[in-house]
Amino acid sequence: MTNSTLRRFGIGLLAWAVAFVIFFPIFWMMLTGFKTEADAIADPSLIFPPTLDSYAEVQQRADYFKFALNSVIVSFGSTILALLIAIPSAYSMAFLPTKRTKGTLLWMLSTKMLPPVGVLVPIYLLFRDTGLLDTRTGLTIVYTLMNLPIVVWMLYTFFKDLPKDILEAGRMDGANTLQEVWHLLLPLTLPGIASTGLLSVILSWNEAFWSLNLTSSQAAPLTAYIASFSSPEGLFWAKLSAASTMAIAPILVFGWLTQKQMVRGLTFGAVK
Amino acid sequence: MNKPIASGRKVGGLRPLALQGPAVTLLFLWMIVPLSMTVWFSLQRYNLLMPGMDEFDGLTNYRYLFTDPALWSSMITTLLLVGWVLVITVVGGTLLAVLFQQEFFGRGIARVLVISPFFVMPTASALVWKNLMMHPSNGVLAWLAGVFGMEPINWFSSLPLTSIVIIVAWQWLPFALLILLTAMQSLDEDQVEAARMDGAGPIAVFFFITLPHLKRAISVVIMIEMIFLLTVFAEIFVTTSGGPGLATTNLAYLIYIRALLDYDVGLASAGGVVAIVLANIVAIFLVRMVAKNLED
Repeated sequence: MTNSTLRRFGIGLLAWAVAFVIFFPIFWMMLTGFKTEADAIADPSLIFPPTLDSYAEVQQRADYFKFALNSVIVSFGSTILALLIAIPSAYSMAFLPTKRTKGTLLWMLSTKMLPPVGVLVPIYLLFRDTGLLDTRTGLTIVYTLMNLPIVVWMLYTFFKDLPKDILEAGRMDGANTLQEVWHLLLPLTLPGIASTGLLSVILSWNEAFWSLNLTSSQAAPLTAYIASFSSPEGLFWAKLSAASTMAIAPILVFGWLTQKQMVRGLTFGAVK
Repeated sequence: MNKPIASGRKVGGLRPLALQGPAVTLLFLWMIVPLSMTVWFSLQRYNLLMPGMDEFDGLTNYRYLFTDPALWSSMITTLLLVGWVLVITVVGGTLLAVLFQQEFFGRGIARVLVISPFFVMPTASALVWKNLMMHPSNGVLAWLAGVFGMEPINWFSSLPLTSIVIIVAWQWLPFALLILLTAMQSLDEDQVEAARMDGAGPIAVFFFITLPHLKRAISVVIMIEMIFLLTVFAEIFVTTSGGPGLATTNLAYLIYIRALLDYDVGLASAGGVVAIVLANIVAIFLVRMVAKNLED
């Protein structure tokens, strides 16, 4: 072996070791989901009779799908709402910029800096008084507004990357704004819109401050359901693992698919 | 290059107003209504357990808050948590970005595995760590300690804040790595090659070329993480509930205790105002930096 292939081998070995250690808790969780409760708390072992009991029990006893449905409705609902509100706004910022556009964008970013805990009390009281506490509607509203700045920003950066001539050509052919947006802008920027939407779904799906404080039995999404395993009444590790595996699996896949575009959204375009 | 479309300009200032109106209005309400309510409540005597006793109380809540030892202990906890997680994720993330930038077998899959923790919901990752990993008798770490003939550590009772730091750092290390890895892609390979030719070793290349190149991405990571880390909540909620004592009560958790467990709206709001001020000190720098980036 030459020196450089040896070096590459060493680097590969080190990188894979790091990857293994960092991923291990997730791997172990996935594995534990297929154990019996007795095996789950026994000495760590890779060899055990696999069982689906925990998955079945999570569904039967706790009605897992009710929480999953809440998660799906709230995260996709808030994402669709945010996209509907953000697309016109990002369109106008990217294609009809005025001297106020930059200020507006920065102001939107600054609303994201308001720590949720700083406004917990008024939101809680407002929700209590308007009957929004523990409703999917209430949580959807919060998530929509929480993600709106990121969605506008991300769409803005994708729209801005579109060559201006294309929309101009459409206009020459007599397309009005709506046609221009519907037939040109949206199809051309669909990958960008999709990854924006996925990021918004991921952020809402994993959000755990508002979901823990604003929901209880009716509208609780998966983050709150998983939190219920923190009660010290007993060790239900296999069930915790099965429930967590189901709760994170779709989001892991979304995350893997959009990791590259996500950097833009998470850094507000400051790192591309 | 960025000139507006000619026909768009003719329509004038009304169209942007109509198109941006909904987003701007909603965000404005979302910000200003709760914000002014928080400030207003913080000046009131307002406890949900004592209805009808509400009255304007001036700065009493603040006076009480700032003489409360719990506030200072929670501020220190907040700073320790933010500081340690930042050190671990930024140093670790930079080193890992260099490592995962190299060519090796199965790099794509290894990268996917490494960034995965960022996509695990905080309640799940905290509970998996607390039970499966850190449990003093049945956890993987206790088993490992046993293999090496060491006493297992009772993580959450003897090192509570360290435990929280480990969990939160595990979630945010992939974030730092993801951002820095992206930033690495724009590193000029020719420049690295030229430096190598001039006899610079890997360590010199790292300190004189890679690190300066990553400077901006690193500051973005620091600021964004600070904004989120200042209000870590779920991880504490499901593992230690702020204890033992106040050992893991950060500012966010303290406000939660005052508001939803003690029902003291006035005092909790005063705490909220402090949290907002703290976050804004960080935010000013971040917004400035992003603004600079908008120019080019």
